[in-house]
Amino acid sequence: MTRPILEARGLHVAFNGVKAADGVSISIHDGEFLAIIGPNGSGKTTLLNICTGYIRPGSGSVLLDGHDITHLSPRAIARRGVARAFQIPQLFSAQRVIDNMMLALAAKDGLWNAIRPLDTGARRAEAKALLDLIGLADDTDRISSTLPEGHRKLLDIAVALALKPRLLLLDEPTSGVSALERFPLMEALMSALRQRQITALFVEHDMDVVARYASRVLVWNAGNIMAEGRPDQVFSNAQVRERVIGVA
Amino acid sequence: MRTIVAASAVLILAVLPVAAPWLQFVLTLAIAKGFAALGVAVLLRAGLISIGHAMFFAASAYGVAFLARAGINDLGLLLILSVLAAALLGAIAGLFLVRYRAIFFAMLNLAVSMVFYALCAKLYSVTGGTDGMTVPVPAVFGVVLGEPTFKSVLFYISLALMLLVGLAIQRYLNSPLGHALAAVHSNEIRLEYLGIPVWAVLLVAYVVSAALAGLGGAIAGFAIGRVVPDFAFWTASGHLVLIAVLGGIGGVPGAFIGALFLELLHSVAVTVTDAWNLIVGLTLIVVIMFLPQGFYGLFSRKEASSL
Ligand SMILES: Nc1ncnc2c1ncn2[C@@H]1O[C@H](COP(=O)(O)OP(=O)(O)O)[C@@H](O)[C@H]1O
Ligand SMILES: [Mg+2]
Repeated sequence: MTRPILEARGLHVAFNGVKAADGVSISIHDGEFLAIIGPNGSGKTTLLNICTGYIRPGSGSVLLDGHDITHLSPRAIARRGVARAFQIPQLFSAQRVIDNMMLALAAKDGLWNAIRPLDTGARRAEAKALLDLIGLADDTDRISSTLPEGHRKLLDIAVALALKPRLLLLDEPTSGVSALERFPLMEALMSALRQRQITALFVEHDMDVVARYASRVLVWNAGNIMAEGRPDQVFSNAQVRERVIGVA
Repeated sequence: MRTIVAASAVLILAVLPVAAPWLQFVLTLAIAKGFAALGVAVLLRAGLISIGHAMFFAASAYGVAFLARAGINDLGLLLILSVLAAALLGAIAGLFLVRYRAIFFAMLNLAVSMVFYALCAKLYSVTGGTDGMTVPVPAVFGVVLGEPTFKSVLFYISLALMLLVGLAIQRYLNSPLGHALAAVHSNEIRLEYLGIPVWAVLLVAYVVSAALAGLGGAIAGFAIGRVVPDFAFWTASGHLVLIAVLGGIGGVPGAFIGALFLELLHSVAVTVTDAWNLIVGLTLIVVIMFLPQGFYGLFSRKEASSL
């Protein structure tokens, strides 16, 4: 197999004795759409925090394209093409939806400009296209703090996409999104990922979403991986059914 | 529409001293403080309150006095060099200060400015101590002017600078860098995850704000003809914050409107009563309670609130 885009080796993290990662190793390869499932509090968000440099593991390392990024800042890792959408949306809540998007678009190139406006025709069009795709076409000029929770979630994902990442980490993208909007969101996301050749990892609780979209599934439990495989393989595993999905 | 309002406001300001000559000094000083308050307002965008910006105001005025003593006698050159000096001081102080937030940022700015104040007051042989230093009348484009003429020229140059610099700052605030600055107030985590270095965004803003305060200080130095340590005293910094809040958070015209209002109020109030601070305090309470967007909010179009 080719070298993975992202690889975590032997991660250990504990918070006050609670092990959120207990010797975990994972890898994600080009073109994958890797799902991570597991009970609440099992350390899934912590894994994303480590992979993006937000917290340092007690031991172990994270490699991006084979380079050690364990001790880089979130900013440095973002600049290497890794974007993240958060479990709790991280938005510029006092700003309009379109400004959130345009700032994300400007972040990569064009930030160091104090003369031309943020709102150029081209940038606005690009932002608008992404908002249309993700299902926020009607919210363009709203202040983002006034959006309903589900739409804040969508905006958070759109902002991450605006960075044109190679690798996208999504923390429960469909949580808070209404059942009606869930599959349209996933379809839009999948088409964006395919079109832009983005590899992605997503933490997810909705098993229908996982079954339908994931190319591979990791089952997380108590800081470690208890099973791994294609969705159909994982879902037929009796232990997984009992402990994670909650059906015997 | 906005351009028309702005243009007529500047025109009115321009002819006011013709009708009432005593206003010229008041207005020049108001514009000078407006620049400094605009500097404070720039940082307010990021949610940072500096209670120390009078330091840059004073530093630049002292800069003019020192440069004049060293034989530089051209208004343009003195303005440019003193603003650069304030910007440099801003870069040095900013490198250390932009790591802090909220009350820590406010208090550290205050502390640094009070060290500066103490130095100005104590280093008698260099700064003249509490007597301060004179700021002589400079030549304007090579022309040596009498003092009254120079004061008029200074007023109109300040007015022109208010327009030019105000427009430039407006551009900055509308640019990607300006939006990133406002975003610091909203969500630093998201900024980091966008790959944007928050400290650099803040440092640029800090240098800009110091330069603005410096421009105001240089103009004030010329208008008054003297610079004293009190320019840097913490109450002066407090006044700048007050003006920035009066003018409304962030608005460029707001800083100047706030400064004009306060200076005019001051010059009227001192002739009838000595309760100046009482008046200032009451005004601030009224503004905060009834005009949360500052005076500028009175003039700007109300946005329909979405439910
Ligand atoms: N910064 C932190 N400080 C202390 N405990 C934390 C911190 N982050 C996570 N935890 C704890 O680590 C465990 C794993 O949390 P998390 O990674 O958020 O789980 P998940 O995303 O799988 O629900 C939980 O017990 C949580 O309380
Ligand atoms: Mg989580």
